[in-house]
Amino acid sequence: MTGPEEQRDRRYDVPLSVASPGAGPARTNGHRPAATADEPDTAATDEPVGADVPNATVTGVTPRGAGRAPVPDGPAVPDRPGDHWDRKVAGGLAFLRRRLSGDYEVDEFGFDPQITESVFHPLLRLLYRDWFRTEVTGLEHVPADGAGLVVGNHSGTVALDALILSAALHDQHPARRYLRLLGADLVFRMPVVSEIARKTGGTVACNPDAERLLGNGELVGVFPEGFKGIGKLYSERYKLQRFGRGGFVSAALRTGTPIVPVAIVGGEETYPMLADIKPLARLLKLPYFPVTPTFPWLGPLGMVPLPSKWLIEFCPPIPTAHLTDSADDPLVVFNLADQVRETIQQTLHKLLERRPDPFGP
Amino acid sequence: MTPGGTPGAPGVVVVTGVSRYLGAHVAARLAADPRIERVIGVDPPDPGAEFTDLLDRVERVRVDVGSLGGLLADLDVDAVVHLALVSSPDPQHGGRSAMKDQNVIGTMQLLAACQRAPRLRKLVVRSSTAAYGASFRDPAVFTEETEPREVPRGGFARDILDIEGYVRGFRRRRPDVTATVLRFAPFIGSTADTTLTRYFSQPLVPTVFGRDPRLQFLHFDDALEVLHRSIVEDHPGTYNVAGPGVLALSQAIRRAGRVAVPVLEPGLSGAAALARNLGFGRYGLDQVDLFVHGRVVDTTRLEQEYGFTPRSTAAAFEDFIHAHHGGVVVSRNQLAIAEQLVLEGIRQVRAAVRERS
Repeated sequence: MTGPEEQRDRRYDVPLSVASPGAGPARTNGHRPAATADEPDTAATDEPVGADVPNATVTGVTPRGAGRAPVPDGPAVPDRPGDHWDRKVAGGLAFLRRRLSGDYEVDEFGFDPQITESVFHPLLRLLYRDWFRTEVTGLEHVPADGAGLVVGNHSGTVALDALILSAALHDQHPARRYLRLLGADLVFRMPVVSEIARKTGGTVACNPDAERLLGNGELVGVFPEGFKGIGKLYSERYKLQRFGRGGFVSAALRTGTPIVPVAIVGGEETYPMLADIKPLARLLKLPYFPVTPTFPWLGPLGMVPLPSKWLIEFCPPIPTAHLTDSADDPLVVFNLADQVRETIQQTLHKLLERRPDPFGP
Repeated sequence: MTPGGTPGAPGVVVVTGVSRYLGAHVAARLAADPRIERVIGVDPPDPGAEFTDLLDRVERVRVDVGSLGGLLADLDVDAVVHLALVSSPDPQHGGRSAMKDQNVIGTMQLLAACQRAPRLRKLVVRSSTAAYGASFRDPAVFTEETEPREVPRGGFARDILDIEGYVRGFRRRRPDVTATVLRFAPFIGSTADTTLTRYFSQPLVPTVFGRDPRLQFLHFDDALEVLHRSIVEDHPGTYNVAGPGVLALSQAIRRAGRVAVPVLEPGLSGAAALARNLGFGRYGLDQVDLFVHGRVVDTTRLEQEYGFTPRSTAAAFEDFIHAHHGGVVVSRNQLAIAEQLVLEGIRQVRAAVRERS
């Protein structure tokens, strides 16, 4: 809604739209590109180029581009006045002031691009790039503008894959597109979680919302397996579950939106679910109660995801514009859902062959 | 058809609820319109004398809505604007049961009277976006077709559902009458005094922990405009009336320079119930539901049919802030000054560190 204006408005704010289109390869696999000439700050200090400078994050180009949360707390780096630390501090303070005075925009779904970009994505970036070493391929299949429905496999006990997908897509897609996720109503029942889900662009998975977002030309992310996907046991890993009623297909058909299947490998190993304590789940009104090698044994430590190796591949889009009249035809809907499912399943097998060791480099 | 009136505009208009803020302003505005011959304000027998200065050109009749039937027929009424709704129980005037009496029974009786008025050709009823209820499975944006998924907990929302039900019945029985139902978002403005404006006027504003509902407001003047157009033009159907755009509650509180105090939801519901039982405070489950779920409506139909777009939610709220800047706790200027001070401080510290090294 406010993307461009918002970004123009940030005077000091360090790079929001870092990766200029075409800059850097589509995937960098967590490795920073070799030093380029336009890195005055790192060049000035005598740090080794490309080392893990804590604040030089972003995958793309300049390392000063950490769209990172406010006020750095470390000691001031001794370098030139008016340097990038000064800009960072000023940018952080200006950000804080804008937040505190309510000087930002949210769209009708509650999406707050400013805080998503400045707080949530940097956090997720650490996770997907440094912890999971995610490799993304096939980004050219994601439309650069206009609506698209990204359909993925769901896995991993906690729906981490959805968040990783949206952050990686936003970071690495040349058009820096936001993925608007559709979540189960359980997500929106929980306080705090519901607030974060809406702020980062999520909404309840229902056809009116999906069609509205697609009608507005947004990129929508959906996981049709739902809880069946994330709540399956480790022994069932990478076996796609049933796709429900195919509501996502009819939403795409009604709006003539292309469907982009995406296969995500790595999510299953983050929290391998060894057992499901059903009575406890029923008691807590949850869809399942997981037992993993670390949870609940290690308490809060069990919440740390295992550092599996992630591969994400976007498949060629399936056009639906010619089927707009068949949105209510169950045969068309089921066939299309099956086609998407098969595509994802085959891509999963292909990716798994490329990744013999789940915890490999 | 109407003696002296333009084809669209009715000659004789009855406005209910003129002793209240909205009714008084609507009646005054209609009375100022030369296309309308007579404006008759109907009141319950014991109104407050608040808005008499507005109503000098409005004929006022003090009757019980129950005995309205004969009156509407005798006066040759062309149009009725029903605004006499109470949005929150007033402990001084009978609390929830009186509120329900006025909202539901009052509307029933009014519609019965309208049904027997032979010349009537237009009915405009005030409704509320509360008609969509509040559920976790709700879509983010309500269109006029959205059905509520759960019966709402709040009294006002339930009254609204009943009222709209009666209007549907009336439409079936009197298809010749143009019936307009306007689902208003909460009113806000520089002078309006509503539950929500009182809420945002407090220095410390209670919110529900872990929820940041999306809100929409309607500027009071835009509500008047839409009501006016509904009377002088023909717009049958149901319309959402709200300012385009959305404010998150936390954002609204920050813009108003107030401080949010998050309260756990069971605590808030309990407090709302307690406050109601003790007979003070007008916050009820209607407000709690709004502050948990938020409520956003689609106003495309209004914009197309009326050719009118209310000012945006943010602009309406801005207007309210300007009028109520008294209780500001944190102002924008203070924040800007604090920002400068901190920035200067950090620069000085860094300069000192640099010199020493």
